[in-house]
Amino acid sequence: MAETMPTYIGRSVARREDKRLITGAGIFVGDMKMDGMLHVAFARSQLPHAKIIKVNLEDARLQADVELALSGEDLQGVLPPISGMQVTAPKTWREGMDPQIQIPDQTLIPYDKLRYVGEPYALVVAKDRYSAEDAVELINTDFNPLEPVPNAEAAIKKSAALVHDQLPQNIAASLHAKTGDSGLALREAPHRIKRHFFHHRYAAMPMECRGVIADYDSRTDTITVWSSTQVVHWVRREEANALNMAEEQVRVVAPDVGGGFGGKGHVYPEDILIAYLSKRLGRPVKWVEDRHEHILNAAHSRDIVFDVEVGFDDNGKIIVVKNKFLVDSGAYSPVGAAIAGNSIVHFTGPYDIPVYEADCKVMMTNRTPNAPYRGAGRPEVTFAMERSIDIVANELGLDPAIVRFRNMIQPEQMPFAIGLPYRDGVMVEYDSGDYPEALRKALKGVGGLEAFRLRQKAALENGQYLGLGLGCYVEGTGIGPFEGATVKIDPSGKVMVATGACPQGQGHETAFAQVAADIWGVSIDDVVVTLADTSHVTMGYGTIASRSAVTASGAIKDSSEKVKEKVFAIAANILETSEADLELRDGSVCVKGIPEMSVTLKEVSKASLPGWVHQRPKGMEAGLEGTAYFEPPTVTWAYAANAAIVEINSQTGEVKIEKYVEVHDAGKLINPGIADGQVKGGLVQGIGGGLLEELCYDEFGQLTTGSFLDYLLPTAADVPPITVIHMETPSPRNAFGFKGLGEGGAIAPPAVIANAVCDALKSFGAEINSTPVRAEEIVEILDGA
Amino acid sequence: MSEKRRVAVKVNGELLNGEASDRMLLSDFLRDVLGKTGTHVGCEHGVCGACTVIVDGVAARSCLMFALQVDGAEIKTVEGLADGEELHPLQKLFSENRALQCGYCTPGMLMTAIDLVESHSSLSETDIKIGMSAVLCRCTGYEGIIKAVTEYAKQVHGEPVLREDPSG
Repeated sequence: MAETMPTYIGRSVARREDKRLITGAGIFVGDMKMDGMLHVAFARSQLPHAKIIKVNLEDARLQADVELALSGEDLQGVLPPISGMQVTAPKTWREGMDPQIQIPDQTLIPYDKLRYVGEPYALVVAKDRYSAEDAVELINTDFNPLEPVPNAEAAIKKSAALVHDQLPQNIAASLHAKTGDSGLALREAPHRIKRHFFHHRYAAMPMECRGVIADYDSRTDTITVWSSTQVVHWVRREEANALNMAEEQVRVVAPDVGGGFGGKGHVYPEDILIAYLSKRLGRPVKWVEDRHEHILNAAHSRDIVFDVEVGFDDNGKIIVVKNKFLVDSGAYSPVGAAIAGNSIVHFTGPYDIPVYEADCKVMMTNRTPNAPYRGAGRPEVTFAMERSIDIVANELGLDPAIVRFRNMIQPEQMPFAIGLPYRDGVMVEYDSGDYPEALRKALKGVGGLEAFRLRQKAALENGQYLGLGLGCYVEGTGIGPFEGATVKIDPSGKVMVATGACPQGQGHETAFAQVAADIWGVSIDDVVVTLADTSHVTMGYGTIASRSAVTASGAIKDSSEKVKEKVFAIAANILETSEADLELRDGSVCVKGIPEMSVTLKEVSKASLPGWVHQRPKGMEAGLEGTAYFEPPTVTWAYAANAAIVEINSQTGEVKIEKYVEVHDAGKLINPGIADGQVKGGLVQGIGGGLLEELCYDEFGQLTTGSFLDYLLPTAADVPPITVIHMETPSPRNAFGFKGLGEGGAIAPPAVIANAVCDALKSFGAEINSTPVRAEEIVEILDGA
Repeated sequence: MSEKRRVAVKVNGELLNGEASDRMLLSDFLRDVLGKTGTHVGCEHGVCGACTVIVDGVAARSCLMFALQVDGAEIKTVEGLADGEELHPLQKLFSENRALQCGYCTPGMLMTAIDLVESHSSLSETDIKIGMSAVLCRCTGYEGIIKAVTEYAKQVHGEPVLREDPSG
């Protein structure tokens, strides 16, 4: 990779993003203001399932400050729906998953019926937001309530109402995969367990809600859109398609984005509607979601029910796992079958399980659409699998740690094939790592297994309930299909880097400057990084799925290699030497071993310019600019082992986490300080999901947690002492040895907490097989109810 | 819609004025009328604390106040913390301790921490955790924030922060 030893990769370089963000100088979508700007408010359904009889906008339209009011009927046939498949699946994946996929398209504003609480049925454009909201209140509606489909288990019943009338059932996708005959293996297994697990619905909940501004320029027939999105190039693609414009006529920028975690990782109807309104009205148009709207309308996640059967022998060696599960995808499934696909292949985690079979159905219900959120299927399957392991251990009277060690893939088995295709169509093969060592370190991190068991026993004699919870997972990261980067050597000598990555707090400007500085052997101060702007890189993919460290770094490297060829050729021409004798050092191209014979990148850049005085070798094109699209061979496999000690308050059922340890391996780390913050932040989201956060629906499909007063995010006072230990086993699948880590932390905590609570309450024989872990459930166990 | 009235405030030492309707929130007045967009809005329910500013010496959620309530008041926002290029000590500590990722809650965190530390003569670690739980952060998991505020309390109070609350 680098000409010299890496000097920036691996160091906790201070973040270049910080200064603007700590001084209030960051620019988020909500902060932007333009002359003549109009403001949008949406009218949103309060009913989970209803036929639209009439939406009357007359009174709204009469308001002095209202420019335009539109219902779904007004837009029928004007704008296309968002395709049910924003992500396409490769043929080889389809062959391995036997999928039947009929994911319905999402009409931007429905005209026929409403399918979830929060779905828009009209919009108002006004001079300011207050007036727009006032006018929304004046919209008269006639809706005919329909029988709601409140959850996945209700949706699959034959008698259930249909969420989408064009589908024969409420099934948007069915997937099936197996590595052997699970029926036979279960029959022959010496022991079997069968359990029902439920991972509840919660959501990304970034502190910045979503927002979109669009500004159409009639002179050039171009539109610029600022969206708080993780995927600017997807937004551009869908907007260009909807507005019948060339992609190059649409520029999408994500300015500072206040968290995303997957919730901003796909195209929403508002992205298209705001662009349409700006083009139609010839004015800048702004919409910023409020928190209530965000909780109702921005994608939710998790919400999977599992029926799991496990067959195992006397030693706790698992022979077979059969997993049948339903994903409650809500009214639409914006990212297709991604959660389902992830769930299937991640279920068996770091364990060597000879026979596995999974059957999944993605269910349509009258809930808010479900899309990937930090983990995207992995927290759910980790919960089901890790609870299953503890149950197996209990059945045999073995320690759950011992059962894990007996089933884990050993380092000498790497690379390890599980026999199923990943979402990228490539057969899963774990690339590198030492799973048992991670678990050993995690146990050591909480003070050692034996020491804890002694302590636990002594505590129990004093009526104190202590428990140890474990949770291990693997995570495919750095998924394709590609990421783009353009690298230029500016006439100033600065290295200009642009990629399709769209950060929301991950410190990409710093991390990619580190990568580029090492590739070019320059000071990090001489690297300029531009992100999340479609005008800087022609094709890009975006920041989702723990992918940018791997994919954008790959693209920066590949584009740099193209530029380097020219840099060396021009430098050789200037220095009258052979390219093979040259190396990059301190911002210059030098003759190896003779540093004083050198030419700076600035001089090389000037020599590359078109014109009469260039110093390019004959026939070489002018300029130092290269673009590359890195298409990773397949994913890299991060993994972790978690251990936590909890104490139960025997009166209130409150769970106090005394210590939480995650041993995480994401390969070579670019910036350990940033990486540590990513994992810790993820862990706290996972702890929130394990204990506090829940999007609750009643039996009629009504969301009952519509504000931060009901939806509880973890606060500083809720966070236990957390230790993160990083192992750094390089991935063999890219030049840097990187793996992804954005999601990791959030995956295990619900499983770890449930396992720890069950361990603490082992004497009661109770099992907690659903999340979140509730104090009232614990109190019931303690009361022997 | 109600008539607008002129509201005059001192923001970070600068006298500013602008028009506000009776119902305009202070957060909207600061951001949309006075252009002080450093103060962010996260929930408009008074829960998340992102919009916290200091009004006449006391931390307040600007989404829970009307602009008309601050006529004649003195307001401190995140934009007033640094002295030109010289960052406020707490801003430096936030960066050094990785107390921010996306930075959206950061203005509210900074103003809350300043109020917490400067309105007390000493603080325990528990006091800081509880005091800082007034603002929600979705990125960091709070560790860096608590470290930064703890270090700032030490600097301001001239004594180390007690690791455990003696009473608890």
